Amino acid sequence: MHQDMANVTYQDATRIYPNSDHPAVDRLNLEINDGEFMVLVGPSGCGKSTSLRMLAGLEEVNSGRILIGDRDVTDLPPKDRDIAMVFQNYALYPHMTVADNMGFALKMQNMPKAERNTRVLEAAKLLGLEDFLSRKPKALSGGQRQRVAMGRAIVRQPQVFLMDEPLSNLDAKLRVATRTQIAALQQRLGVTTVYVTHDQVEAMTMGHRVAVMKDGLLQQVDSPLELYDRPANLFVAGFIGSPAMNLIQGKQVEGGVQVGDYVVPIAREILAKANGEETLTIGIRPEAFEVAEQGIGVEVSLVEELGSDTYLYGTLSGLGDDEKFNAQQIVARISARHTGRASGTVRLNSKPELIHVFSNATQERIS
Amino acid sequence: MPRFISAKPDSRLIPLPWGTPLAEWPVELLVALPRGLSRHVVRFIQVGDTVYAAKEVIEHLAQHEYRLLQDLRRLDTPAVEPMGIITERGESGGVPLDPILITKHLQFSLPYRSLFSPGVRQETVLRLLDAMVVLLARLHLIGFRWGDVSLSNILFRRDAGAFAAYLVDAETGELHPSLTDGQRRDDLGIARTNLYGDFLDLQAGGLLQSNLDPLHLVETAIDRYDELWQELTGAEEFSGNELGRIENRVRRLNTLGFDIAELDIQTTPDGERIRIQPKVVDAGYHSRRLMRLTGLDTEENQARRLLNDLDTYRWWTNQQHVDEAVVAHEWLTEVFEPVMEVVPQDLRAKREPAQLFHEVLDYRWYKAQRESREVPIIEAAKGYVHDVLRSLPDEEMSPDVILPVGGRRLVNPYDPSQGYVDEGEEPPHDPWEDGVEEPAQPSSFFDIDALRAKAAGRPAEPAG
Repeated sequence: MHQDMANVTYQDATRIYPNSDHPAVDRLNLEINDGEFMVLVGPSGCGKSTSLRMLAGLEEVNSGRILIGDRDVTDLPPKDRDIAMVFQNYALYPHMTVADNMGFALKMQNMPKAERNTRVLEAAKLLGLEDFLSRKPKALSGGQRQRVAMGRAIVRQPQVFLMDEPLSNLDAKLRVATRTQIAALQQRLGVTTVYVTHDQVEAMTMGHRVAVMKDGLLQQVDSPLELYDRPANLFVAGFIGSPAMNLIQGKQVEGGVQVGDYVVPIAREILAKANGEETLTIGIRPEAFEVAEQGIGVEVSLVEELGSDTYLYGTLSGLGDDEKFNAQQIVARISARHTGRASGTVRLNSKPELIHVFSNATQERIS
Repeated sequence: MPRFISAKPDSRLIPLPWGTPLAEWPVELLVALPRGLSRHVVRFIQVGDTVYAAKEVIEHLAQHEYRLLQDLRRLDTPAVEPMGIITERGESGGVPLDPILITKHLQFSLPYRSLFSPGVRQETVLRLLDAMVVLLARLHLIGFRWGDVSLSNILFRRDAGAFAAYLVDAETGELHPSLTDGQRRDDLGIARTNLYGDFLDLQAGGLLQSNLDPLHLVETAIDRYDELWQELTGAEEFSGNELGRIENRVRRLNTLGFDIAELDIQTTPDGERIRIQPKVVDAGYHSRRLMRLTGLDTEENQARRLLNDLDTYRWWTNQQHVDEAVVAHEWLTEVFEPVMEVVPQDLRAKREPAQLFHEVLDYRWYKAQRESREVPIIEAAKGYVHDVLRSLPDEEMSPDVILPVGGRRLVNPYDPSQGYVDEGEEPPHDPWEDGVEEPAQPSSFFDIDALRAKAAGRPAEPAG
């Protein structure tokens, strides 16, 4: 429904807070395509919200630039950027109809009534709220209220939607349903959207692409599947995925990486990239593990059956009692037919192409 | 096992049913007090004689708001008092419950919806806006960007003939060392939209007088903010022989209730031109003076009124040469306290002491005009109690009087955000809602197989 959609470009965009010794966002370079749903994700303090707010015009850009389409918006006031912060205002007015709740801000801008009504109706169709337009919001469910709030942003027909943790005020039940609805809606609207969340599951299920940030630095931007299958560094490998990827340190030896009494075979050309580092970290997703004759020894402490899958939790075998106490947990998801063998110590192995190798010196992926 | 984080623990809170979603709490624990609209589940809970506001909200927002409210109190800015956060509330039907933020109910506070009733005077509306404008300017002065300025997020208290405004919702707030003009403008932009919505809603509910135009009210509020901000922070330039203007500026700010803590004065080398600009201004000029002199903790306009009465007393008793603090103590014991003693115990929940004193002074003035004679203060106090106070609603905590608003019944007396009972019919079918009730997986479950299927363009296999 929007005519001139737009891509968003961050060029070396940097934000340094006064009295802070390092940037909150450090030379961010990110190209968000026309109509794309981009999710910024990372732990608290990683710079994701600051990045969004720089685009919104709520944070100063200390160096670098931000463009929407061809327009340099770096120094434009928020209201001139043609963006809409979705869910900035959720409160619904009880005496006003759903239609008025959606369109009242247009009235303030003196938009003619006919155009207002058209826009509200279009938005209501998209949101499945047509039948509710003349009703008061009193009987609306949490999800419907959320959609009316979304409608407030849609009727403005901005070039870019910005959403900062929009699901944070919903209960857990609604969070799952609403994230599907927002993603579907964005798909139909085709409006460039930048979405901030701390929740990697939300990021992975919603975004066309996901930008992972940490300490103000962009770690990796990729499709959810690429992030999952080829994490660029140790941080992304550990952050994306639930349960998380098993990251196991081992000694580099001839032909592989030694973990306990087993050498995980690693291709020669990968080891060649390790610059003779003494130790490397290998990463294996829980579902990449298989119970095998040969493999990494794991002492199983807990078996959990979830539907057709079985989760094994344990620690590397061969550890002393003291070590066990602080040892990292190994998680494996295996299909249920292996359950019989999943007790005591098991050997876990993985297809070579599902083993990720990281340098401990640079934290980067080398496989 | 719920966990309590609190700076001022109240052990009576511990046995409450924290494992139950707030919306399902038994009503015997709740009080239906008037309040604004909220996006979260909010309830007033009563333990003993204390009332707390409880808000169910996601953890990092609860923490954020708790800290900010503490900061606002530390910076002496009118806001509700944070009491604590309850986390780790266990599960209801397998779904973990969000934490609850507890704040203390602000006594004698009135949400705007209870102040609007058909026939509310324009004067009253403008005074409410003025109170909001002062609050917003005070927040901006300390570097607080609110992010959600609206009448629903403010509580009002009577302040002599005017109102004092308190911040209730700091969820979207941010505290900076100082605000840029852009940040302030943006906050005003949000205020404009939200206030417009607030007034349209009152209008739609028939609670706004027909001669009050929502857009005009919003513009008035923004204009008044701009004027106040200019007075508080703007630079002023004048010639070297107009030095009196420095004192004038200080006086004007005092009249507005502000003190200058730091004034920047620059002069040209020849002394021809002078430029002044307040650098640090503090609110509460009169209330701090009254507090210093009498220990009474009041709102700004109440303080102004009481200080005027104190000045009159000093003049009347011919004590201009006596130290002000000594006279103030005498006034407190000879005038203020005897007036309070006239008020029967059971009527004391109707008005705060300072507000009551102010209303007695008003009563005395009108009576004196009418009867063309001096009216002694105690006589006025007795007359006021008999003629006025007795028929006033309780405002300390007043569920019965203020609800229902405009003669309409709330769907849920504990949650005005749900609106009023006025439509009988069944809601239309909403296909979007089908299947919302029971998600297949908890929100933290990440289904990699579904993601792969989606990427390959295949329908996802049923998970599990």
